Amino acid sequence: MTERPHLAVIGAGPAGLAATVAAAAHGVRVTLLDSAARAGGQFYRQPAAELNARRPQALHHQWRTWERLRDSLARHVDAGHATHLTDHHVWFVERRSDHFTVHALVGPAQEDPVEVRADAVLLATGGYEKVLPFPGWTLPGVLTVGGAQAMLKGSLAVSGRTAVVAGTGPLLLPVSTGLAAAGVDVVALVESADPKAFLRRTRAFAAQPGKVAEGAQYAAQLLRHRVKLLTRHTVVEAHGDKRLEAVTVAALHTDGRVRPGTERRLACDTLAVGHGMLPHTDLAETLGCRLEGLHVHVDDEQRTDVPGVWAAGETTGIGGADLALAEGHIAGRSVAARLTGAVPDPRGWATAAKSRTRLREFSAALDSVYVPPACWTDLITDDTVVCRCEEVTGGAIRKAVTGLGAGDVRTVKLLTRAGMGWCQGRMCGPAVAGLAGCELTPSRRPFARPVPLGVLARAGEAEDDEHR
Amino acid sequence: MVVGAGVVGAACALYVARAGLDVVIVDRGPVSGGTTGAGEGNLLVSDKEPGPELDLALLSARLWTQLAEELGEFIEYEAKGGLVVASTPGGLTALERFAGEQRAAGVVAEPVHAEALYELEPRLAPDLPGGVYYPQDRQVMPALAAAHLVRASGARLLTGRTVTAVLRKPDGTVQGVRTVPGDILAPTVINAAGTWGGELAALAGVTLPVLPRRGFVLVTEPLPRLIHHKVYAADYVADVASDSAALQTSPVVEGTAAGPVLIGASRERVGFDREFSLPVVRALAAGATRLFPFLADVRAMRSYLGFRPYLPDHLPAIGPDPRVPGLFHACGHEGAGIGLATGTGHLIAQLLGGKTPDLDLAPFRPDRFPDEEGE
Amino acid sequence: MSPGSPQNLADAHPEPAFTVTLDGREIVAVPGQTVAAALWSAGVTSWRTTRVGATPRGVFCGIGVCYDCLVTVNDRPNQRACLVPLHPGDAIRTQEGTGHDD
Repeated sequence: MTERPHLAVIGAGPAGLAATVAAAAHGVRVTLLDSAARAGGQFYRQPAAELNARRPQALHHQWRTWERLRDSLARHVDAGHATHLTDHHVWFVERRSDHFTVHALVGPAQEDPVEVRADAVLLATGGYEKVLPFPGWTLPGVLTVGGAQAMLKGSLAVSGRTAVVAGTGPLLLPVSTGLAAAGVDVVALVESADPKAFLRRTRAFAAQPGKVAEGAQYAAQLLRHRVKLLTRHTVVEAHGDKRLEAVTVAALHTDGRVRPGTERRLACDTLAVGHGMLPHTDLAETLGCRLEGLHVHVDDEQRTDVPGVWAAGETTGIGGADLALAEGHIAGRSVAARLTGAVPDPRGWATAAKSRTRLREFSAALDSVYVPPACWTDLITDDTVVCRCEEVTGGAIRKAVTGLGAGDVRTVKLLTRAGMGWCQGRMCGPAVAGLAGCELTPSRRPFARPVPLGVLARAGEAEDDEHR
Repeated sequence: MVVGAGVVGAACALYVARAGLDVVIVDRGPVSGGTTGAGEGNLLVSDKEPGPELDLALLSARLWTQLAEELGEFIEYEAKGGLVVASTPGGLTALERFAGEQRAAGVVAEPVHAEALYELEPRLAPDLPGGVYYPQDRQVMPALAAAHLVRASGARLLTGRTVTAVLRKPDGTVQGVRTVPGDILAPTVINAAGTWGGELAALAGVTLPVLPRRGFVLVTEPLPRLIHHKVYAADYVADVASDSAALQTSPVVEGTAAGPVLIGASRERVGFDREFSLPVVRALAAGATRLFPFLADVRAMRSYLGFRPYLPDHLPAIGPDPRVPGLFHACGHEGAGIGLATGTGHLIAQLLGGKTPDLDLAPFRPDRFPDEEGE
Repeated sequence: MSPGSPQNLADAHPEPAFTVTLDGREIVAVPGQTVAAALWSAGVTSWRTTRVGATPRGVFCGIGVCYDCLVTVNDRPNQRACLVPLHPGDAIRTQEGTGHDD
């Protein structure tokens, strides 16, 4: 029996898991690398094993789908067709003449190097939250909506007793109800979108009746937990000395401007805020994959334009867990066909392809509804810290734009240091683009994670020595 | 008119404006969008052998010191000095001989032996024989320097405008440039387009063989001040002067006012290839950790690359182009553009003002290269 | 466990709690929790101050992307508290500036 071709999948969220089981079931040996201790990514984030949670499904949706994936992965691991490398933080994927080398950091401080060679790579690196700044957003107690959910799901932890959930996007509903069910007093859900906007997209929404029903369930839960739903409202300021004590919310005009006189103060010790999601594209961009806007471009088989590199899930465009599952499955099937020399037969994944189409339409419809308020840059005062890492204020950025002629994100970065800190512009990018009056373009980050220089000094050296 | 809003173009704009002329700066991208934005900010005399480039560097250093009084705080100007370190006794001997030659040309160069080396830089690798300290070496943040020079010049800045032609009158003299939104007329055009200086020269119908020489820089996490000077290995000078197209790397390490340590330096002639290269970056990390072992545990947060403008004899092109009256060149400074910008701008301003330049410009003549065969 | 708590919701029965220290004082940690979760449980929401403005920071993105939650664990600075799991006897220290004893 010939040896199976080897695929490295990066990311063990819905897309990576679906791809791994699909590929392993069709003749491919898969190494699944992920930075967490357990599979699941963000959507299926599991409580840590030592917590012995007997009812983790209480924190989750579509639990049975997760169980099937988890069990399928375990079967492939037992059969020797898949390896799951946990706690592996991938910082670089190197394209070599006839294979790829995945460079990762392991260990409690992510200091020890590991290199994994594979014939092909599948990037399922997911996404992260976009947050648009406002005064006081750096106070302890203010965190992202996804962050509140991650702390709850992974550690069964909450940061306080009284919360406001704010921003815009489909994540606000499940996180509000999740926090409420976990005992937090969720005072309000502050959504900037206009509920009437849903009516303009009826076709796309009608094609996903399950999702509409899900939304209705959340609405019912909000009522039950007495969470005040404030639509067409936004947080204009967070207050507190050393930590959050209250927020001020205000109503919005249809053009996105704050309606003066509608401000009201809500006491809270936790603010979970988010304005949508952004894809992780660093590994793809460094490999030379073409990006479209902010996401990785793929064809119908989920192939990027770099031979041997596939991509699936949020990294190819934010669209949620179900879309990630469909894309991951198609990618895994395509890899299996292409690497084993079989002719790919799209009829073999027709169901997933149909789901993918419908879900992409649904996601695009959601994007048109969940738009941050048009005048969000007005909320940023000259004293508001915009780049959290380097503490660069709105005023400093505005001075660079108007006084020094900076008109793009990179030039603002060079002239103010915004985006030069630990997070390398991931959090402040959208705000800097907004203040500079330009589109957000993807950044080049050859190191997807900070790398110790001692590791970098030897990275890939052993392989290069073999070729001498 | 200055084409190029990098540090050399900005310096030309400043000195020319202060000589009383109206200046407009045009760039197809933003301020500091080219090599300047990828630079480390070296204002060095230490790495230059006696000759025209060193003379230009000494002139430039004096001018930078003056400018620092008005702009220093905005551009992270640090008069930190440079320390060149030898790794072997033989290397130290060669370095000291080189320093002696530089001293004769006006450079302050102080030999530093073993213990004194570790007083200057306690975290250097142990058992190094010694080095030479150059107090005249300085550092700035290059993108800020260019932006503030532009602003201080008061010049009209037109970014995002690509020059598509150099306009000439029937008698061949320069009339201005054509850009997509429209023509900009000026009797004098200064080519400060750096690595793209050859392309601009071609639009004017002349040859200026500027080639890109790629370099990578590594940037670490923010650190307290653990490295006090610009520190580099003695083989750096040989790399700069080399004609090789192959990869040359030699460690250059320094702290910055903002906290991160910058690590260079690599040189390769690979055209305008922007693809990340792990072998190059690996060599930079290895060189830096050999000089400063503590860096092994320090994290690199990012890496970026730039293209130095390289002319075949390692000297920039500064001065009028006899082939195109009204066209002046101020480009091709290889990796020394930040340091040499002030001298370059000053000389150009002197020329435009009809004054005798402070340096003999013959070595920098833009038309000194033979035309390509078969034209 | 009070009704309406995360442990209650997920019917969690964690292994026995242990102690770790925060700036020398003992706090209780539940096995499986990250540094950030344990600090939240102890009522602590910030554990570092920034380089320029010396302002307090704690968890922000919660998934290891924003690097706001940096803390020193067992003398290693700049660890992301939202990712690092705790073990008995671990020493957590709040950090300032670059985290490297400025």
